[in-house]
Amino acid sequence: MNWNDMIYILPEVILTIGASAMLLVPVTGGRGAKLSAKWMMIILLAITAGALIYCSHAVENIDQSRQLQAMFALDGFSIFFKLLFIGAIAMLVMLSEDFLAEGKYSPWEYYSLLGFALCGMMFMASGVHLITIYIGLELLSLSSYILAGFYKSELKSTEAAMKYFILGAVSSAILLYGISLIYGVCGSLNLLDIAAAMSTIVTNDALMFGIMLLGAGLCFKIAAVPFHVWTPDVYEGAPTPIAAFLSTGSKAAAFAIFARIFYTGLHDFHLEWNYVLATISALSMIIGNLAAITQDNVKRMLGYSSIAHAGYVLLGVISLNALGLRGILMYSVVYVFANLGIWATVLMLRRHQYAGERVDDFEGLSRRSPLWAFAMVIFLLSLGGIPPTAGFIGKYFLFAAAVQAGFGWLAVIAVLMSAVSMFYYLRLVVAMYLREGVEAEFAITTPLRIVAGICLVVTLALGIVPSSLIDQAVLSSSHVAAHAALTPHAGR
Amino acid sequence: MLNTLWLIPILPFAGFLLNGLFGKRLGKGFVTAVALLASLGAAVAGTIAVVQYHAAYPTGGLHLNLVYNWIASGSIGADISFQLDPLSVVMLMVVTWVGFLIHLYSVGYMAHEDGYGRYFAYLNLFLAEMLVLILGSSYLLMFVGWEGVGLCSYLLIGFYYQTDYAPAAGKKAFIVNRIGDFGFLVAMFLMFAYFGSVDFAKVSSIAAAGGVEHWLLTAICLLLFLGAVGKSAQIPLYVWLPDAMAGPTPVSALIHAATMVTAGVYMVVRSNALFRLAPGAMMVVALIGALTALFAATIGIRQWDIKKVLAYSTVSQLGFMFIGVGVGAFTAGIFHLITHAFFKACLFLGSGSVIHAMSGEQDMRKMGGLKSKIPITYWTFAIATYAIAGFPPFAGFFSKDEILASALNNPYFPKPFSWLIWSLGTVAAFCTAYYMYRLVYLTFFGNFRGTHEQEHHLHESPASMTIPLIILAALSAVGGALLGWPHHHFLAAWLKPIFPEIGGAPEAQYEISPNIEYALMLVSSAIAVIGWWIARTRFRDRGLEADDQFARNMPAVARGMENKWYVDEAYGATIVRPLEGLSQFLWRGIDALIDGTLAIVGYIVAAIGDLLRFFQTGNVRNYALMFFLGVIVFIWVLA
Repeated sequence: MNWNDMIYILPEVILTIGASAMLLVPVTGGRGAKLSAKWMMIILLAITAGALIYCSHAVENIDQSRQLQAMFALDGFSIFFKLLFIGAIAMLVMLSEDFLAEGKYSPWEYYSLLGFALCGMMFMASGVHLITIYIGLELLSLSSYILAGFYKSELKSTEAAMKYFILGAVSSAILLYGISLIYGVCGSLNLLDIAAAMSTIVTNDALMFGIMLLGAGLCFKIAAVPFHVWTPDVYEGAPTPIAAFLSTGSKAAAFAIFARIFYTGLHDFHLEWNYVLATISALSMIIGNLAAITQDNVKRMLGYSSIAHAGYVLLGVISLNALGLRGILMYSVVYVFANLGIWATVLMLRRHQYAGERVDDFEGLSRRSPLWAFAMVIFLLSLGGIPPTAGFIGKYFLFAAAVQAGFGWLAVIAVLMSAVSMFYYLRLVVAMYLREGVEAEFAITTPLRIVAGICLVVTLALGIVPSSLIDQAVLSSSHVAAHAALTPHAGR
Repeated sequence: MLNTLWLIPILPFAGFLLNGLFGKRLGKGFVTAVALLASLGAAVAGTIAVVQYHAAYPTGGLHLNLVYNWIASGSIGADISFQLDPLSVVMLMVVTWVGFLIHLYSVGYMAHEDGYGRYFAYLNLFLAEMLVLILGSSYLLMFVGWEGVGLCSYLLIGFYYQTDYAPAAGKKAFIVNRIGDFGFLVAMFLMFAYFGSVDFAKVSSIAAAGGVEHWLLTAICLLLFLGAVGKSAQIPLYVWLPDAMAGPTPVSALIHAATMVTAGVYMVVRSNALFRLAPGAMMVVALIGALTALFAATIGIRQWDIKKVLAYSTVSQLGFMFIGVGVGAFTAGIFHLITHAFFKACLFLGSGSVIHAMSGEQDMRKMGGLKSKIPITYWTFAIATYAIAGFPPFAGFFSKDEILASALNNPYFPKPFSWLIWSLGTVAAFCTAYYMYRLVYLTFFGNFRGTHEQEHHLHESPASMTIPLIILAALSAVGGALLGWPHHHFLAAWLKPIFPEIGGAPEAQYEISPNIEYALMLVSSAIAVIGWWIARTRFRDRGLEADDQFARNMPAVARGMENKWYVDEAYGATIVRPLEGLSQFLWRGIDALIDGTLAIVGYIVAAIGDLLRFFQTGNVRNYALMFFLGVIVFIWVLA
């Protein structure tokens, strides 16, 4: 291990040290504790982002493959996702301020946990080895369990954390079992080695078993049907900023490993797994969207909506072509920003001085703050996939990829279900614009405003001038795509 | 400026945003300044661009300004790209400068209205969309502008939203236009499917290269023309335009006379390479144009609302433009578009000035003798009337004469058909002169027929209203001679580069022998004079008496004209009401079925939700069970 190797993981090292230091601040008492935890966290994130950009340039000069010991890659794909994660966490920090102040929780612990979660996500994005990916995933999950139970005194929050933990542990076990089976057959955990080993195998039940278990574990992480049951409960019970985190950053990280594992490692068995994933995708879109219709609680509704969105993203995995990979990258960005904007709005809602989270708490927003209501409409349209918002571009690529790969029927379901989703998204618009808010109170604060503003600008800009994001996605995916034979598989 | 063409539409768009978001808070002075600066800025920026364009392309090439690539995937791509070529230049100058004059006029006209900021926000948005329409370099971008102006038209027709009729008229305009938009869309789909592109330049060169199947060209042309029929108010979709007069008068002048409604003509000229190869489609265009010109003119003869007369006159004049482009005289069509923008804007603004003076009265039966009370309005109105009636040497004479001469001498159609088109146009021209002078005599001559109150308030309009009138009147007087003197035709020379050479199709600018042309000029002039003379003898002294006499002598004809030949009623009986019936059926019958099904689905979904909730009551084991069931199904499916 020399400095040249170190440079691959320098951002993660910095982040780990910083997050650990933040955990220690309250212990030292005295002067340190008076510092603003929020700003420390923002600065830490900025340094991490800076280090990431520096390292990515430095790595270019070292090694063409951009891989460290066949475990960790600092390629375009991982940089794309890591920057997205850092941005998402930075916005979550902004969203969390009022929540922490109201609940009188220690911000230091909270932020350092977010930091560890981010570290796990960054390892996931970079992992080209199933163990790296698994450890990153566990770091993210363990931090998330604690964060979900951060309302220590509230039954709902602890219950959510317990559920999330137990089911998460089950899914991790399944995932590990799958990984061990794959290792047993292929003799390696590096994705490229797995792909190479698979290309010589015609059929092998143990391997199929392993792939399916791995897929099931991953489906739990992205909350796809039938491994989704925890989602609405946990979103509802967890503190709102954490629900926002689970549905945006954490989920995007799961998309990243999903794409990486299937595109780089498992593409040779494409014809075996794609119909299973296609069924899961269809079920997720159908059940997620239909169940969201009946929800009155916005957090639950967003939970079901996020299940449906997992279904859309799966289209990109199933199609296994350049368009699909691009679609996954783009949709992750689109989805994170639109969703964060909506979560910022949920955080702002109040009912009798308490946090409001029902659909009718939105009533009267258009009169109270027309600009915010407008931003909210844009976010909802983006999730629904209506131009000129970013969501349209993202969906366009995913659906086009599915059609190209011969999954026309799935694209049809996706379009129909997008139409269904407009029903419950527009319910919020109706509440905002057409109903008089009698009791509506809104706690519009500057940090929330900033987050909503950023999300609005990004969502609109990527819808009107998407070429920048598309170019970026093409560049980023080229490395992953280069590993996988992305021509349609006529047969093995 | 040439590489920042997007600035031209952005300026009024910024005006729209500013006035739309802050107009109400910041007051009238702010709104006025923003609106005028935005429209003037667009006009000045446009003029600079045109000057630079002429310097860079002395022979009139195509200047493309790619703003960005909006989306590209596989073989399908869409660019946001603007262009300047001789045709865009002409449209740009007309739209921005006439647009600016009407903005200026509106400052005076709308001064006492509520919703001042809203009005100017919409008007600026309209200008921005219109500029996208004429500067866009593909059918797709044109369609963006096309829909945008449609939206603004809808918003401005329904500007007085407190009334019953204005929102209804707005809806009518929007819905009728949807029929046309459908045609436009399908035409674009066909282009995408068969040409792989919707760029003007590419489509035009593919068509010009030959080898495109005839049915395809005819289908695309007819579908595009369906779009034009909607937007430019031709038979059978003209019905929305007269109702659109429910909007403020400057809106009628800008959108429903000078600019938006001429978009259809622009589109046909833009697609000349396609149309010239599809003579069948051109026959349809010419015939529809001629029928519309005559039909609308006859209705105009017996209307009493001053704006309604002008509205039918606009429909009729648009018909003339379509005769022009339909017989392949594209230059003449654009020529008439320009002169019409001058004189019809002037007439509408003049009628606005009359209405303003009459404290909102629009019924000519309550007017009369206004000549001495509002002299500037009268004189400008009179000049514009000379122009529309086709008196030489006013602007309308040259353009209308060119259209009729081309109709008779075109190289596309068999002679009898050409004669038919020419005769219809000539009779329509006669009616035009007649109804316009009827309007002038009823309004400005004879005795005042309104109330004392109204007479007391009669006043000339403020300078911000009269200055645009004077400028437009001047253009109506000399604009035609300057742009299109026969055989020294500035416009024809300027537009020449936009007509590609096509093997197997006639020249787009064909010559007419001078003898025939002068003979036809004499006919045109005579027609105008006869129309005027009859109107004068009937209405100058006797006023409304003459209308009554007409009704006594030919009651059926009079009633038919008065009721617009019952077209609205016919549409009501044959289309609207059956459609309503169908909707009723769908609502009560099919909808109930769907609702029922959905209710069941919803019930099932809810039941599933309840079921899940039953599993979820604090019992994580059920979750895990579900999870394992999932895995088992997973593996079972695979094995």
